[in-house]
Amino acid sequence: MARSLPSKPIPAASSDPRREVTLTVNGETLTRSVSPRMLLSDFIRHELGLTGTHVGCEHGVCGCCTVLIDGRAGRSCLTLAVQAEGAEIRTIESVARPDGTLHPVQQAFMECHALQCGFCTPGFVMAILSYLEETPQPDLSEDAIREVLSGNLCRCTGYKNIVRAFRRAVELRDARATGGG
Amino acid sequence: MSTRQFGAPVQRNADPALLRGEGAFIDDIPLAGALHAAFVRSAHARARIRSIDTRAARANPDVVAVYTADDIGALDAPLPLLIPHPSITAGGKTQRPLARDEVFYAGQCIAMVVAVDRYTAEDACEAIAVDYEPLPVELDLEKAVADGAPLVHDDIPNNVAAHFIQESGDADAAFARAEHVTTVKVRLERSTAAPLECRAIAARWDRVTGELMVWDGTQAPIAVRGGLASVFGIDEDNVRVVAPNVGGGFGQKIMMFHPDEILVPLAAMELDRPVKYIEDRVENFIGASQERAQIHEITLAALKDGTVLGLRDSFLHDTGAFIPYGIAVAQVSSTSVAGPYRIPGIWVEFKAVYTPCVQVTPYRGCGRPQACFAIERAMDQLADELGIDRFELRRRNFIAPDEFPYRREGLLFADGLAVNYDSGEYAQALDRIVGEIDLPAFRAEQAEARAEGRYLGFGLGFYVEATGLGPYEGGRVKLHPITGKVYVTTGLTDQGQGHGTVFAQIVADQVGCAPADVVFVGGDTQAQPWGVATFASRAAVVSGNAIHKAALRARAQIVQAAANMLEVEQDEIELRDGGAWIRGGNRSVSLAEVATATNPLRYAFNESSKTATQFAPASRHDGPPLAEGTHPGIEESDYFSPPHATWAYGVHAAIVEFDPETCAIDIRRYVCVHDCGTIINPMIVDGQVMGGIGQGIGGAFYERCAYSEDGAPLAASFMDFLMPYATEVPDAELIHTETPSPLNPLGIKGVGEAGTIPVSQVLASALEDAFQPFGIAPVRESPLSPSMIHALLREARARPA
Repeated sequence: MARSLPSKPIPAASSDPRREVTLTVNGETLTRSVSPRMLLSDFIRHELGLTGTHVGCEHGVCGCCTVLIDGRAGRSCLTLAVQAEGAEIRTIESVARPDGTLHPVQQAFMECHALQCGFCTPGFVMAILSYLEETPQPDLSEDAIREVLSGNLCRCTGYKNIVRAFRRAVELRDARATGGG
Repeated sequence: MSTRQFGAPVQRNADPALLRGEGAFIDDIPLAGALHAAFVRSAHARARIRSIDTRAARANPDVVAVYTADDIGALDAPLPLLIPHPSITAGGKTQRPLARDEVFYAGQCIAMVVAVDRYTAEDACEAIAVDYEPLPVELDLEKAVADGAPLVHDDIPNNVAAHFIQESGDADAAFARAEHVTTVKVRLERSTAAPLECRAIAARWDRVTGELMVWDGTQAPIAVRGGLASVFGIDEDNVRVVAPNVGGGFGQKIMMFHPDEILVPLAAMELDRPVKYIEDRVENFIGASQERAQIHEITLAALKDGTVLGLRDSFLHDTGAFIPYGIAVAQVSSTSVAGPYRIPGIWVEFKAVYTPCVQVTPYRGCGRPQACFAIERAMDQLADELGIDRFELRRRNFIAPDEFPYRREGLLFADGLAVNYDSGEYAQALDRIVGEIDLPAFRAEQAEARAEGRYLGFGLGFYVEATGLGPYEGGRVKLHPITGKVYVTTGLTDQGQGHGTVFAQIVADQVGCAPADVVFVGGDTQAQPWGVATFASRAAVVSGNAIHKAALRARAQIVQAAANMLEVEQDEIELRDGGAWIRGGNRSVSLAEVATATNPLRYAFNESSKTATQFAPASRHDGPPLAEGTHPGIEESDYFSPPHATWAYGVHAAIVEFDPETCAIDIRRYVCVHDCGTIINPMIVDGQVMGGIGQGIGGAFYERCAYSEDGAPLAASFMDFLMPYATEVPDAELIHTETPSPLNPLGIKGVGEAGTIPVSQVLASALEDAFQPFGIAPVRESPLSPSMIHALLREARARPA
């Protein structure tokens, strides 16, 4: 292919209007200038480079994009970045310890083979994390666990091992709390 | 000795990164200055394009390029027909990257916009005005093949894309001898793979080195590389295709080329900027691929004792507007339809039919769920008509263990080879199900429940699955020359199956390390340019055995080097715990030291490079540093080419409760007995089977790619295509039997698709049983939604008793 000059200059960014947004992500407060229509999911992924939050449907059904917004599980694909003004956001990248040691929920997913392709997994982990923070002593019956998980789609596992992982996560959490891990 | 890893539930090496959100899916890969593509897609099923007005889009300063069929030069031609077949009507149709003059399904790509971000690209797509002249359509398969039906392609009469008849034995003679003949007609609707990561591609052209780098969420990077090299006229070595983490494939990502797979690289080269296209969920529904729609009319010829002598099946297969994958799906249906039964006389005919809908390519199961539904519905009906228990009828017709290999002369599978079942213990599998489900006790419970106004039903379905197709895969085992880590490389890809871990287990047993210490490299054409792809439940079988062969050779190399270094005979060496040990002693040399010592003039400055010098040389020979006929380091490749497919099988059973008020169905028990030969990792096998069952339940009850009569897709989101949540999928009981395959050294068979295959049959059979008191017509359709059941119920109630 012959080397030619580009026919017109390519702008670095779109000419969308910009608005400043200040929010806290994984404990760090930051201010960015964003297009008012930018989704929170795109902001987290592409402006901040935290690509562990995945986007599976962009219409709020699959739950892959679940993050904690002020402590509660929320769909970052149904939220605009500018709506998160002043909010505290937690993403999957904040869950393991800084040295990489897995959180009990993550450890349980690994032990129970509760993930295959791993695309839905961060959403499940964040949803479960949010639930366990709100409900420290959860009902561990099959139906109750499945109800908790029913906001997230998984196409690989058939859910059986995610249910097992939920129970195991509670065990691991309790063991760690008593100094067992 | 180290513990044997083959057969152990080893945890997956890939998991920690995925769990921490550190996966590398395509849209996660940072590409400085990347531009973003979006597509204008047809709003009509079948229409002529009067005009396309791109002026407003081109005028947008944030738009870098707009492509229509007029702007893509030599690429403006039908995409390749991947698997030609003589049965395909002359001029098998494939789509153009961008529509020229006419469109054939709603969702077909008409124009591509490349802009500074996806938001802008989508705005610009909206600004492109396409003037259509809609044409008449017919989506009903039976009407579409009738004379006078609107044609999808003007030069293809009766919309027949392919017509194929296969025979095995003498079906006519079988029917002449029959004492009882039974026919069922079954209908299955369109569904789709719906991987949670949609399709995705990114491309970067390096105009200085002339390398085209493509990240493609594909199951077949080597095939994509070959295709791109030939389309663009670039040497294959200058095209690198990487499939990094891929968020599920289920067959949809084996198809190539989707239009974006050549248009995005084109744009990257023309614009000299990285370009990325991340398909969104709506596009995945309307533009990727679908499967499953078939109508079978199947007839069985039997003796009064239930012996099935003959089978005739004639079916219509919906191939969508194009047939890029040839007749693969229909051919798999037609060669799987006799199931696990002897049936000496078989005649199977199908017509693949063009419909103005998104193209049909394999989706997990690939024609087998339809075949299973047809034969098993027919077997149930035959059992009922002859007054023989459904288990017993199957038992009387199973191919017996001593009849293998069992060849169906005359039937050619999708790999072009004769259908030849390699091994199986079918009756044993059925016995396991019988052992799990105490049928007399269930019948008593069913009667009690009925008295209380609750309706229980029991159903079962048996299936066989040809897995592990050729032609070949390769494997390479290498000790990293600096770190001594064990690398295993293969050309195929992983979309979540856990190949890296099972391959690590295979290698670990030979080289004596922990599976966690084996680094898996797959899906990168630069790392392994030879290979085929991940499909047809073949990765573990074909790549696994290639890797096994390579690992045996690497083991021999390590043992030889270690024996030299430790100055003992080779038979005194054992490999374990990451090193080579003198048997019964405590002297050893680590794999890292072996790696260093076999690597002359290495510039390795780490600890093992220092410690390696305390041993004798790794090679005992005179002359130059490398002995004639040897190579530096420990690195061995091998290939495996199976003689033909290996046949896995299984039987599922379910107990359901049906509520006539709400038409809701509760799956109270779901039991699966499955046999995929020797098991490498039971945890992963369970995961594959359970995942398949989950998808099967979606397909049986909830998921339907519905279209309006004029061809508009009605299920283009997860609001309409109801993928089951955890609340809809039961906790299935999984039981494995292991009947080794004689066709490969490891004795393994494929498992990826198995769980999906019989689920519609199992639930249809169970519902039919539950429906008995209502006089509802037999279940002949899949999926079966509550509203459809309600309609059946209303119809039954309206009928005079």
